[in-house]
Amino acid sequence: MSAKKTLFDKVWDAHVIKSIENGPDVLFIDRHMVHEVTSPVAFLGIKNRGIPVMYPEKTFATADHNTPTINQHLPVADPLSANQLKMLEENATEFGISYWGLGHEKNGIVHVVGPEYGITLPGATIVCGDSHTSTHGAFGAIAFGIGTSEVEMVLASQCIMQAKPKSMRINVEGSLNFGVTPKDVALYIISKLTTSGATGYFVEYAGNVFREMSMEGRMTVCNLSIEMGARGGMIAPDEKTFEYVKDREFTPKGAAWDTAMDYWKTLPTAADAVFDKELTFNAADIEPMITYGTNPGMGIGISNGIPTAETVEGGVATYKKSLEYMDFKEGDSMMGKKIDFVFLGSCTNGRIEDFRAFAAIVKGRKKAPNVTAWLVPGSHKVEAAIKEEGILDILQEAGFELREPGCSACLAMNEDKIPAGKYAVSTSNRNFEGRQGPGARTLLASPLVAAAAAVTGQVTDPRTLMELETA
Amino acid sequence: MAYDKFTTLTSSVVPLPIENVDTDQIIPARFLKATERKGFGDNLFRDWRYNSDNTIKEDFPLNDKKYSGKILVGGKNFGSGSSREHAAWAIYDYGFRCVVSSFFADIFRNNCLNIGVLPVQVSASFLKEIFEAVAANADTQLTVDLPQQTITIVPSGKQEKFDINAYKKANMTNGYDDIDYLLNIKEDIREFALNRPL
Ligand code: SF4
Repeated sequence: MSAKKTLFDKVWDAHVIKSIENGPDVLFIDRHMVHEVTSPVAFLGIKNRGIPVMYPEKTFATADHNTPTINQHLPVADPLSANQLKMLEENATEFGISYWGLGHEKNGIVHVVGPEYGITLPGATIVCGDSHTSTHGAFGAIAFGIGTSEVEMVLASQCIMQAKPKSMRINVEGSLNFGVTPKDVALYIISKLTTSGATGYFVEYAGNVFREMSMEGRMTVCNLSIEMGARGGMIAPDEKTFEYVKDREFTPKGAAWDTAMDYWKTLPTAADAVFDKELTFNAADIEPMITYGTNPGMGIGISNGIPTAETVEGGVATYKKSLEYMDFKEGDSMMGKKIDFVFLGSCTNGRIEDFRAFAAIVKGRKKAPNVTAWLVPGSHKVEAAIKEEGILDILQEAGFELREPGCSACLAMNEDKIPAGKYAVSTSNRNFEGRQGPGARTLLASPLVAAAAAVTGQVTDPRTLMELETA
Repeated sequence: MAYDKFTTLTSSVVPLPIENVDTDQIIPARFLKATERKGFGDNLFRDWRYNSDNTIKEDFPLNDKKYSGKILVGGKNFGSGSSREHAAWAIYDYGFRCVVSSFFADIFRNNCLNIGVLPVQVSASFLKEIFEAVAANADTQLTVDLPQQTITIVPSGKQEKFDINAYKKANMTNGYDDIDYLLNIKEDIREFALNRPL
């Protein structure tokens, strides 16, 4: 049996303390990350039970969800947000958990800072009260989002109770077209699977396209696993993974590193392993993508028209309601649609590579006057790199400003809300009704598509701007 | 926290025949700023229940006086999106004890089970029958019997079995939660942790 194990099986099985008959497995959690929004009630639960945090050194706290992205040195204006931040700090202090609060040099979005400091490691189990915890799967970890009751479980016992999900492998083979980024690959897969196509599964991404991707790109792909319903997604660790994690603050050092490496190299899926479901896509079929509706599955290649209701699976009424919210018509072309906001950031596309891509297009151009642009680095480390690499100069010359790190308009819990009725091209992960502010209309896309929209004021195929440069 | 026991429930329902109801609709992010588990019911489906000037949207089912009860019946793929348990809390706090749909998102289903709201997954055709029965008569009741794992449309007697794993079922019928269980095996956990170097 062991010869046929998948990457997922190997990591999962190594963490099962007990299997309950006709019930879940008791799964040991190596690393737990908490933030201000989904943790207060969990800490309250611990206090009410009168018990300590079992392994405080395995939990890491950062403030990100409702922090402001300007003037972070000032007190947080919104009293409710300020209260949540205060609670996190108090809870972290009381229970002896490391806390990277607002203004701390290591502060940033939980799924951006985890990998940056080596909290994220291959073969680990990682959970956080945020569904995009799936990001960490890029390193060959089992990482997934949990609810607040489960946050309390991990605090109390370093375990959660989970039934083992089914396994799915998604292969993408071939060469990606010019201008196609990891975000496009993910949006393409979700558009094929729908937002529930992988519910009940844990996904492994395989094939040369993912092998050739940078760690940042792999994080973008794994991040979006949840948007097709999967609990998480993972990619087998390889030399690129090891190179990335080596020498980071919380990674093993010396002999422990060698032991870890020996183990990590055994993790990839066995050649004869069988998945419950296996899908294969051709890289050549993927174009730069954009969404036109109110869930991430409603995406199309940027040069295509919005599908007509008859051609979509699922309820026609729900589909029409969605287009009505967006004020789009069936058959419309997305290209040329006027937009009002651009958001570059989030744990999906708020890393240095995303800022490089954005800068490559806006370089030597100007921000369109009708566009408000929020460029929000995923962490202080990303922010520092933007400055060091000279990207900030390029952005400023083109008329853009850089904000301070946080989740920002990804979920619009802070002041960064897209106003009702306005259109935003956004590099984040969800285009649900009201996600980016009540009445906001979100078009999900890659940093390249966002940059093209930011300089033209409308939905534009980024390849047309890139070809100009190479010609 | 341990919660109310759930055995059988007979109630009229609130129908929500919309697919892909996501957690941002169930409870928008701007209402996640509380530090206690209280008062979320007021903001359940906030943006569907109220206009932007806070007047009531009369045609939304939760505002329609015809409908009431402890069972919420939603369209396919209910609860997709974020892991916020606040979505399940809002449903509970509003007064629902059971959600029926033909398909649930994973995390949402787990969150419900963890706080004592029973998610009942039925076939697409049975879901359609419920919606039709409620459309014909808003007082239509459903009976959800957890020990028997059945759901019945009371007037017609039509019935379907539903799945739930035995462990979660025992928890719900007894009002236990997972933490009670985990705290009991703390020694096993400690022993295991010794061999996890991270
Ligand atoms: S950026 Fe968005 S998805 Fe990522 S952690 Fe923050 S709120 Fe969640």
